[in-house]
Formats: sequence, C-alpha cells, structure tokens
Amino acid sequence: MSRSDVLVDADWVEARIGAPGVVIVEVDEDTSAYDKGHIPSAIKIDWKKDLQDPVRRDFVDKVGFETLLSERGISNDDTVVLYGGNNNWFAAYAYWYFKLYGHQNVLLLDGGRKKWELDSRELSTDVPSRAKTSYTAAEQDAALRAKRDEVIDAIGKRNLVDVRSPDEFAGRLLAPAHLPQEQAQRGGHIPTAKNVPWSKAANEDGTFKSEADLTSLYKEEAGIDFGKDTIAYCRIGERSAHTWFVLHEILGLPNVKNYDGSWTEYGSLVGVPIELGEGK
Amino acid sequence: MSNDSCGAPAGGVTITKDKAGKEAIVEGHVVSGGAPVSTGYARLLGTGDEFVAEVPLGEDGGFRFFAAPGDWTLRVLAPGGVRLEQSVSADIGHITKVEFAV
Repeated sequence: MSRSDVLVDADWVEARIGAPGVVIVEVDEDTSAYDKGHIPSAIKIDWKKDLQDPVRRDFVDKVGFETLLSERGISNDDTVVLYGGNNNWFAAYAYWYFKLYGHQNVLLLDGGRKKWELDSRELSTDVPSRAKTSYTAAEQDAALRAKRDEVIDAIGKRNLVDVRSPDEFAGRLLAPAHLPQEQAQRGGHIPTAKNVPWSKAANEDGTFKSEADLTSLYKEEAGIDFGKDTIAYCRIGERSAHTWFVLHEILGLPNVKNYDGSWTEYGSLVGVPIELGEGK
Repeated sequence: MSNDSCGAPAGGVTITKDKAGKEAIVEGHVVSGGAPVSTGYARLLGTGDEFVAEVPLGEDGGFRFFAAPGDWTLRVLAPGGVRLEQSVSADIGHITKVEFAV
C-alpha cells in the first residue's frame, strides 16, 4: 500500500461524480452534516446507527454489514470513496471497517469534507436513490482488529500507540475536549504506550502530511519501532482507525491493528496496569 | 456506549445546560456582518499550537469545547481563506465566551 493506492484528491472525486462503479460515501462525526449539504451523488453512512450493534458493544455482524451495503446500493466490485469532517476522522474509521469486512476497493478523499468546504466546492442536499444490490462480506479480518487480551499481552512487546490528546493520555481528561467528560472508570494510558495524537498526521486543511513528515513524526519523534508489530488505540477506536490508516495504508507497515475497545474498555477493566502522566 | 459517545454535538452546539458544573467550557459564535457563519471550523489549540480538537460551526455559527483548565488558542477556519485566532483561559465550573467577527 502507498499513498496513491488509498488517497484521492478533490479533483479526482469531482470528475467521478455519478460515475458508474464509484460510490461516494460521507461518514461524519457530526451525523447531521450530510443533511446540510454533501458532495453531489454521495450517500450517507451513520457511524453509530449503521455500523454499531444497537444492543451489544460491538460492530454489526457480517450479515448486518451485508444488509447495510445491499440496502445502500453498494456492490462488491464498486470503488467506495469515503470522506467526512474533522480530518476524515470517522471516514478513516469507516475505511478500516470496510477493510475489516473485506471490501477491496476503498479510497479516502484527502482532506475530506473540510477541505471540500474550505475550497468552496459544490455541495448538494439531493439524496440519491441507488438500486439495491446483493452484497457479500468476508469474515472479519482478525489481522486488523485487536482485542483486550491481546493488548494486555502486547505491553512491553509491541508498539502501543495512544493517539488521544496529551490531556487524555496523562489522565487529566477522559474524552476529547469537544465532548462531555465521561466514559472510562479510570484515566491514564496503557504502560509503554507512546502518545502521538492522531491529528498530528493531518495538515490544517485536513489532508494527510507527506510520507517523510509522517515517518519523522512516528519513528524519529515518537520513537516507534517500525520493525515491530503495532496496536493503535484511542477512546472508542475511531481516532486510532485514522492512525491505523496512516501506519498501515500510507506508510505500509505490515502488522498494525486497531484496538477499537480502546480506553473506554481498558480504563474500566479491573486489575490491569495503568500509567499516569506525560509521555515518556 | 452512551448517547453522547464520540459524536460531536450536531452542528457544534446543541447542549442546553446553562451551567458548566465540573466542566471547563469554551464556547462562542462566528459572525460576518451580523449574520452567523455556518460553514467553517473552530479549532482548539494548546501550547505551541498543539491541535486538541475541532468542531464544525453550527447553523448559528456556534461552537463549544469541553477543555481542561488552562490557556488555549481558538482558531476559526472558513471558506475564502478566513483564519482568525483568539487566546482564551478555561476554568472548571466556568463557561468562557468567545465571539469572532469575520
């Protein structure tokens, strides 16, 4: 994988609005953003209503994902172009999620909704109607998703990348600064984790930094060993999906997993080790 | 997951509580010629321009952050190359109001 395999720019997307075989999908943190205007021909996936199991804390299962994509008119052969706000935070999460269920042709719009808006490109409120399909998903790819026991076992052995803000990492906040402070029972971070806030990978306009800058950020500045396997985590697994995208898809590190249970799970477990304070 | 989970308040500001309680809240609006700027982004930056959080502006040009106590920089981005900044301080139990005019 490299940048050109996984990222497209706004001109590329504009030239393919309405093109057969290309489905543009908005996935936003602010789930009402789509309704106010979206890239023409784009459909919406709601990261919570559509992608989360309504009862258990887990993703929708394979059949649920198949049902969702079939209803939205996405075929197995379609190229899915994802975009969203906040540096593609939730779009990157959806990208990881599509890969988890084996969709091959997925791309991210570099800069996402923010750059599109700041460039004053066209937005539409028309909701497209797509013919239903019969989508077939693969079983979840266990190489992409870390579970709690694997994370505990990785302490001191693999790279653990905590992508939350420094205040969350240190234990001073339990959630990002634009959200109410709630969720985990304890603050802090997993011992041996390096703190590289996810947003450091993005420029101010939401585009991803260059490969050279990203390598410098994770390898030189943070001291992450690119020769080791890596697990990224945040609070509920969305921001760390963005970092997973950077490490696995842009920089091409072979073994990177996203721990979607993240701090809301780890920080509520009984008996696991926790560190407080600044990054080491 | 609770209803709040990781989703930003739709349009930036929808929470109606009028007291900060245990939170250190920074909130405000962006206007242009008296009218709200509803397309744009507010960014909360820490020491050394460190990015902390970002929200899209609401229909009323509004934004809100739940910050840690301390000094912050607020930056607003909007179409047309608009880029505005203000320094603010946040305190627990206090709502710091910040207004931007384009």
